[in-house]
Amino acid sequence: MTTTFTLINVSLLAILTATAVTITRLRALYEATMLAALFSLVTACLFVLLDAVDVAFTEAAVGVGISTVLLLGVLALTRSSESVTPRRRRLPGAIAVLLVGGTLGYASLDLPEFGSADSPVQRHPVTEVYLHQSQEDIGIPNTVTSVLASYRGLDTLGELVVVFTAGLAVLSLLGPLARPERTRPTADFHLADYRVIRVVSGALMPFILLFALYVLFHGDYGPGGGFQAGVIFASGFVLYGLVFGLDRAQRVVPRAALWLLVSLGLLLYIGLGVTTMLLGGSFLDYDVLASDPDTGQHLGILVVETAIGITVASVMTTIFFGFAGRGVAR
Amino acid sequence: MSVIEVLSGVLLAAGALAVLTGGVGMLRFPDFYTRIHAAGITDSAGAGLILLGLLLRVDSWDTAVRLLIILLFLALTGPTATHILAHAARRDGVPMWREGDRRQ
Repeated sequence: MTTTFTLINVSLLAILTATAVTITRLRALYEATMLAALFSLVTACLFVLLDAVDVAFTEAAVGVGISTVLLLGVLALTRSSESVTPRRRRLPGAIAVLLVGGTLGYASLDLPEFGSADSPVQRHPVTEVYLHQSQEDIGIPNTVTSVLASYRGLDTLGELVVVFTAGLAVLSLLGPLARPERTRPTADFHLADYRVIRVVSGALMPFILLFALYVLFHGDYGPGGGFQAGVIFASGFVLYGLVFGLDRAQRVVPRAALWLLVSLGLLLYIGLGVTTMLLGGSFLDYDVLASDPDTGQHLGILVVETAIGITVASVMTTIFFGFAGRGVAR
Repeated sequence: MSVIEVLSGVLLAAGALAVLTGGVGMLRFPDFYTRIHAAGITDSAGAGLILLGLLLRVDSWDTAVRLLIILLFLALTGPTATHILAHAARRDGVPMWREGDRRQ
């Protein structure tokens, strides 16, 4: 059993290394993008082997799904092959890479042995608290969700602010705040002209959105939660935009509505924190939300996950619209 | 070993064989169209047979339902992706291999 496990681990790691080396050697950026998606997929498999299902889920949704589409969107706006750097100018880059890589390699010597039972993660008393006491404190089976949304709710708020800021940055660079838009000439062909892809993506669309809702509300009991659900929502919209054209996608979700949603999620999160303070608790202490602390925790986590889902989905969709709506500048 | 276990083993082996043929075909076939034909086998026959083999080994209903949903999803998306890739390649004028040409 252990040998099989080691064998799978070693072969996945070998594939990962081979992919990384190939990406660095490629000049064709489309191919490099597809290989980057493969890299994320293999990473997700490694996370599953390490029993980090939530992280694997996020990696699969973000790394393989949405970021590949966004990178392809960028490539549609720029050249699709890397320019050649003169040999002399590659030296500083090589030195920086060797330094950082060397430092990381040196630091990894301090890590506990792989799978060791004596590592701080196993020994530290807080592990016990999170794994067992969370069942009494919060009462939801998926400890990852209780840590993410309740114990460390403030950290997650910080992460959401990062996503929000990224969305704002893209909006100010590519959105209406940037120089007047050159609208993309209407393409002479749409993917929707192909009947097969039109029918299949149309038929799958409700199920994609339904699955996103399932992931959002099932985060308490299994892997999932706001971040993954938001990305799945966004990929549904992106698929719609790719197949039926940007105009029809924007008729379904107008840009102004998206911009409202971007801030609505964050405001909902902060608003929840302020509400708990007004009810006499501390910031993001959900116990005070209901007469029974368990119900309060459930309610708080649900609101937080929904807020994360709204902001992530609308930021991702905004970024895609921002890229896809640009006129091709060549 | 019960009949079901043997049957499941046969399905799993057949699925693995299909995935392997897909991989070999990707490397050996001469042009884009024949290669996505091989890649399509990995998606449809390979994954499909493996999922069917796993379906015979489940111990609870909800796992079975999930596997069935994945099977249905793959049956819809795999062939669509292959079809649209071939269409796009035709539209962009990717040349087709004829007997006697060099491999691309």
